[in-house]
Amino acid sequence: MLRSRLTQAACAAQRAFSTSPRVLAAVKQMTVRDGLNSALDDELARDDRVLLLGEEVAQYDGAYKVSRGLWKKYGDKRIIDTPITEMGFAGIAVGAAMAGLRPVCEFMTFNFSMQAIDHVINSAAKTFYMSAGAVNVPIVFRGPNGAASGVAAQHSQCFAAWYAHCPGLKVVSPYDTEDARGLLKSAIRDPDPVVVLENELMYGTAFPVDDKVTDVDFLVPIGKAKIMRPGKDITIVAHSKAVETALQTAAELAKKGIEAEVINLRSIRPLDMDTIFASVRKTHHLITVENGWPQHGVGAEICARFMENEAFFELDAPVWRCCGVDVPMPYAKTLEAHALPRVPDVTEAALKVLGGKARSK
Amino acid sequence: MSFLRKSRNLFNAVGAARQNAKLFNAAIAQRGYSSKSEDDGATFPGARNASFVNDLKLTLPEDYAPIPIYRVMDRDGYILNKNEDPQLSQEVVEKMFRDMLLLSTMDKILYESQRQGRISFYMTNFGEEASHIGSAAALEMRDIIYGQYREAGVLVWRGFRIDQFIDQCYGNVDDLGRGKQMPVHYGSKELNFVTISSPLSTQIPQAVGAAYALKRRLDNDACVICYFGEGAASEGDTHAAFNFAATLECPVILFCRNNGFAISTPSNEQYRGDGIAGRGPMGYGIATIRVDGTDVFAVYNAMKKAREYVLRENKPIVFEALAYRVGHHSTSDDSTAYRSADEIDVWNTFEHPISKLKKYMVHKGWFNEQEETEFVSTVRKQVLKQIAVSEKKLKPNWREMFEGVYDTIPDHLQQQQRELEQHIEAHKEFYPLKSFKQ
Repeated sequence: MLRSRLTQAACAAQRAFSTSPRVLAAVKQMTVRDGLNSALDDELARDDRVLLLGEEVAQYDGAYKVSRGLWKKYGDKRIIDTPITEMGFAGIAVGAAMAGLRPVCEFMTFNFSMQAIDHVINSAAKTFYMSAGAVNVPIVFRGPNGAASGVAAQHSQCFAAWYAHCPGLKVVSPYDTEDARGLLKSAIRDPDPVVVLENELMYGTAFPVDDKVTDVDFLVPIGKAKIMRPGKDITIVAHSKAVETALQTAAELAKKGIEAEVINLRSIRPLDMDTIFASVRKTHHLITVENGWPQHGVGAEICARFMENEAFFELDAPVWRCCGVDVPMPYAKTLEAHALPRVPDVTEAALKVLGGKARSK
Repeated sequence: MSFLRKSRNLFNAVGAARQNAKLFNAAIAQRGYSSKSEDDGATFPGARNASFVNDLKLTLPEDYAPIPIYRVMDRDGYILNKNEDPQLSQEVVEKMFRDMLLLSTMDKILYESQRQGRISFYMTNFGEEASHIGSAAALEMRDIIYGQYREAGVLVWRGFRIDQFIDQCYGNVDDLGRGKQMPVHYGSKELNFVTISSPLSTQIPQAVGAAYALKRRLDNDACVICYFGEGAASEGDTHAAFNFAATLECPVILFCRNNGFAISTPSNEQYRGDGIAGRGPMGYGIATIRVDGTDVFAVYNAMKKAREYVLRENKPIVFEALAYRVGHHSTSDDSTAYRSADEIDVWNTFEHPISKLKKYMVHKGWFNEQEETEFVSTVRKQVLKQIAVSEKKLKPNWREMFEGVYDTIPDHLQQQQRELEQHIEAHKEFYPLKSFKQ
């Protein structure tokens, strides 16, 4: 099993803080990578219109080995290595989708998707509308998103806010194996274009999965968040790897007698505000955690939605956003670590938001 | 060595490469890797069929003769080589001629209608009528068309009606696009014409992707044709598309309408090679054909051959039709700022595609001056009448604004729709509700 030191650490941390009741019953562990791989395998087998294309996805098994074994199983027609041009293969995938196929277009990382963004936004997202419903584009754009490790400014950034800005796209951001597997399968079956933002640092992390998750018909609905840990004192909303930070923060807060409710967004667009509103009606306090930048970010959008909803009156304190620092990602290891929200940062934020309530615990 | 000889060698080599691979390897094995023989082919993976030379020399653009331009008619409408006469029936030639006239007549009026502020935008097709009609006539209806934006003639040939064109330009309730797109962004699923998308050149890789999808079908008998201008060919998408078409071996005709101008930029500032055709064989390993785009029969013959080739070989073809954009780029442009009126006049008279076909018909005894005048006059009346009708038609129901963003309308859009409904209900006296379909 390929695992970097970092992902091993993440894996250990996750196990330590997981509160899912399933952990006790489940014996089977599956990495996020295998979750994605099995999702692709299921859907390739289920529907012969599905194909995977991107750089190195076939003979090399994918730059991050997400497509391991699929080329051998499905061959050149279904698993396609492309020349190095994101705008090219994204365009090919959009055209193939318009002509009735269901392409899964892998960006080696979402950083490279900027080369192809015109196809994603102006073609994939808008064609159904512009053709007045005549031409739909059932396509999945997927790949690792967000900060990786030691790859600095141009390879460490979150595109959740970028893509979630655009009508016509659906955007999902899985955290664990269940999310990754269920959301990718839903994305492939969806009639609309879906952007699947995976996280490189999570690929090697194993999570317990039960038989329901490994079932070929297991799907995670797009547009629904998941409560990872129930609590009554404060709501922590996060997506992708930041869910891990949120769970670890909740464990820290528990030591102080504070019960935090952790919400894993799963989908960024549509955004499941109902789940967040319901949680805040209970906790009256909210912080958001994301590894992307603050301005116009996912947290900013959640704050704005509160301003527009009567749930605003449920808040006993202002919402606090915990985001990546507003600079390009530094290369130096210590700076990199401090450029992303860490457990102590989020814990501090939670305590500040709770104010006197935290002190009274 | 002439370009043609060279390119023939290249094609033979490329075409036979697979079959020859075993023989070739066996020959090498027999000879060993001796450096004695000057004829030893190189075995670098990046250029398998290149030979070695011992004299150092730059390969210059001037070493290659430009790819010749295929034509069937001269400018006086005479067939130059009888063997190349497509022998089209009088009926087909008359349809070609009338479709070209219809396009040109409709263009004149819609252009003026934009000038009068009746529609927001328009693009004429003047000077390129033959490349539209000639290419469309050689295709089958099942072939999928990806256009750039100046291909209205292709739709005319396929049977898109005057009312459909004008309803689209006016974005009314009968517009197939439901008023969601700018004028001239036509699309028709029935006619296998993919809705025009404004960003330049994105249609080219998409067309290649669609061709890939077709190729996967059992007993496929359809190809994709993708139109683009020589200016659009400077976009990175074009490179990506050519490269993919070649490596994925897709049945796609990459049809460059080289009309000499990208808005004001003349082609000699757009590129320095031998047009777009020059990129095909050597640059991308794609079979290539270059034709006189003002000669409808040349375009027709070449297109027939191209279609047969891409379907037989499951490979792409680069097709360059040379013409001259007689009209301004769009209604946002006055082209006399960057080219002389005299130059335009040449292309608008004896080099004009309609004039050439008319002369051919005169020689054949198929032309009747009075019938032409009547036809143009009928089309004019029809277009003017349709404009009056289309202008008065209702706009689509405003609720449709929320439709088509997703397959099913998500909650937040349903909510916005309800809010708008309530708002309009409360303030209906301030909205032109009568001009929208209920």
